[in-house]
Amino acid sequence: MSERAMTSNQTKILAVLAALVAVAIVVPNTNSFLILLATRALAFSILVMSLDILLGYTGLASLGQAAYLGVGAYLTAILATKYQFGLGYDFWLVLLFGIMVGGALAAVFGLLAIRASGVYFLMITLALGQCVWGLAYRWNSLTGGDNGINLRQRPKFGAIDLSNEVAFFFLVFVIFCISLGLMYTLVRSPFGRSLAGIRERELRMKILGYNTWLHKYIAFIIAGAFGGLSGVLWAHTAGIVSPINIELTNSVDALLMAVLGGAGTLVGGVIGSFIVFGLREYLSTLVPWWQYVLGIIYVLTILFLPTGLMGIPERIRQRRARNGNAGKPKQLAPAATS
Amino acid sequence: MNFWLVLTVNSVTFGGLLFLLSAGFSLIFGLMRIPNLTHGSLFMLGAYFGATLLTGVFGVKLNFWVAAILAALGVAMIGALIERLLLRRLPGDALAQVLVTLGLSFIAADLCLMVWGGDPINVETPPWLGGFMRLGSVAFPNYRLAIIVIAVVFAIGLWMLLERTRLGAMIRAGVDDPDMARVVGIRVSQLFTIVFALGAALAAFAGIIGGPILSVYPGIDQDMLPLALVVVILGGTGSLLGSFVGSIIVGFIYNFGQALLPELAYFVLFLPMLLVLIFRPQGLFGRQLP
Repeated sequence: MSERAMTSNQTKILAVLAALVAVAIVVPNTNSFLILLATRALAFSILVMSLDILLGYTGLASLGQAAYLGVGAYLTAILATKYQFGLGYDFWLVLLFGIMVGGALAAVFGLLAIRASGVYFLMITLALGQCVWGLAYRWNSLTGGDNGINLRQRPKFGAIDLSNEVAFFFLVFVIFCISLGLMYTLVRSPFGRSLAGIRERELRMKILGYNTWLHKYIAFIIAGAFGGLSGVLWAHTAGIVSPINIELTNSVDALLMAVLGGAGTLVGGVIGSFIVFGLREYLSTLVPWWQYVLGIIYVLTILFLPTGLMGIPERIRQRRARNGNAGKPKQLAPAATS
Repeated sequence: MNFWLVLTVNSVTFGGLLFLLSAGFSLIFGLMRIPNLTHGSLFMLGAYFGATLLTGVFGVKLNFWVAAILAALGVAMIGALIERLLLRRLPGDALAQVLVTLGLSFIAADLCLMVWGGDPINVETPPWLGGFMRLGSVAFPNYRLAIIVIAVVFAIGLWMLLERTRLGAMIRAGVDDPDMARVVGIRVSQLFTIVFALGAALAAFAGIIGGPILSVYPGIDQDMLPLALVVVILGGTGSLLGSFVGSIIVGFIYNFGQALLPELAYFVLFLPMLLVLIFRPQGLFGRQLP
């Protein structure tokens, strides 16, 4: 039984790798519009996956995740425009700073948010996110207020000029792959397993002697750090950083992408991100009321597809099994964690 | 001196509006255990409905208060439908319910943008409240004073409803312990619909009577929702007194913050919330919900 599970797991990893290779081959050969679209979706996916660590693996629904993207993006933009920093080889330092500032913000916010659970956690993270939004919106001298900050150029180092969209796509792609790998390792590690234990039943984990607060706090900081990383990439992808990036809508988008793809799967969030970015661009050329379509998709997903797109094969299998042996007692489905 | 007086009146006025908005939010949260994230949209819908009724439908211009009440009733219907048709389908799944309310708020925001456009709509002050009241050298707009009176009247009315009526007793029982309330024969699920509709009506009413001060514009939903959240976190969920005190505090901080520290106005708004979270996580007047 476990051997079969192992092989199915390997198949999944192979499928993801194949999909990544396909993206790396196909996307650079399309037009610049699609390259930019894929770059945006990949950069945002890092945020969605970071949220999935909280939502899918730890059971904490954060509604302020865009704040971490925001601090990373603002840091990048301010360093680039005010200090001309991060436009050469020092871009790698900015990446590091982005990770650090995201993690540091999460370390502060986590102290307040991790005390709460369930909907209280959701409300507090929402309010904290709005707090960051308020700063960005009003602190004109630093953030440019409502207008935001325009980044005039992308980094250039050695022979690589990131203003070339294919070069920039590959940079984002590689960082995305590394992030996916790191987060996958994290959720498969003993630490990640204890997070899943907390999600399933926190009290039991406490009784078993786990410091559940610390586990959640560390997960929160890690998610914040990845959020900061995605912010650095986002700033250079979009070329402008403004309070819109921190708006509640953006946090919600990230959350719904994770739910649409399937929470607790990491890749699900990436699929959700590609679908939403793609739909948004595609629908907006077709109909003026495209935004309702997205809103309705969100509502329908939650009503009828709570396990997301990644949960569909499992649901079909369950239905088949139920029809196949109607007389036998129902077998409990394993939690969709991998 | 005058500056401070005017600022104080403005703060109390804004606090009064916030109370109307957050009382329903707090009751819904207390009873149904979910933050209703459509609350800002209900506020906005009320404001837009009211503004439309005021400028005239089919050539009939309505009186301000008639328009406000009709808008509130309309939005109460919408609230009841949301609860009956959508939230009811997701029993016990708080996250899904919250996400559905968020999805709805997006749909509502786009709908309003399409119907009423992107420009702010000014709502005229009712004519007989248009003047000023002079107190020494300071002039207070009558309308702002009227809002304070309305908020106090509503606060007393809601308190009477909750403390002195059978329905109120059932709601309080539901907030304290829904399972036990069910056991003693209270139809809690029916209460959900009633409280949701009541909260929606209050939010919509706040939207329209706030119109002459705030005007109505796309995005007002997202401006008001976090304020309601802060009020409820400050005051404690399901507590009327908590919403009242929380609203006044937030009203003061918001207005004084805007005037004294414009760059940090939103930031200081969240400071008291953080302090409360650290020292009294259930809110100033809240009880720990099971």
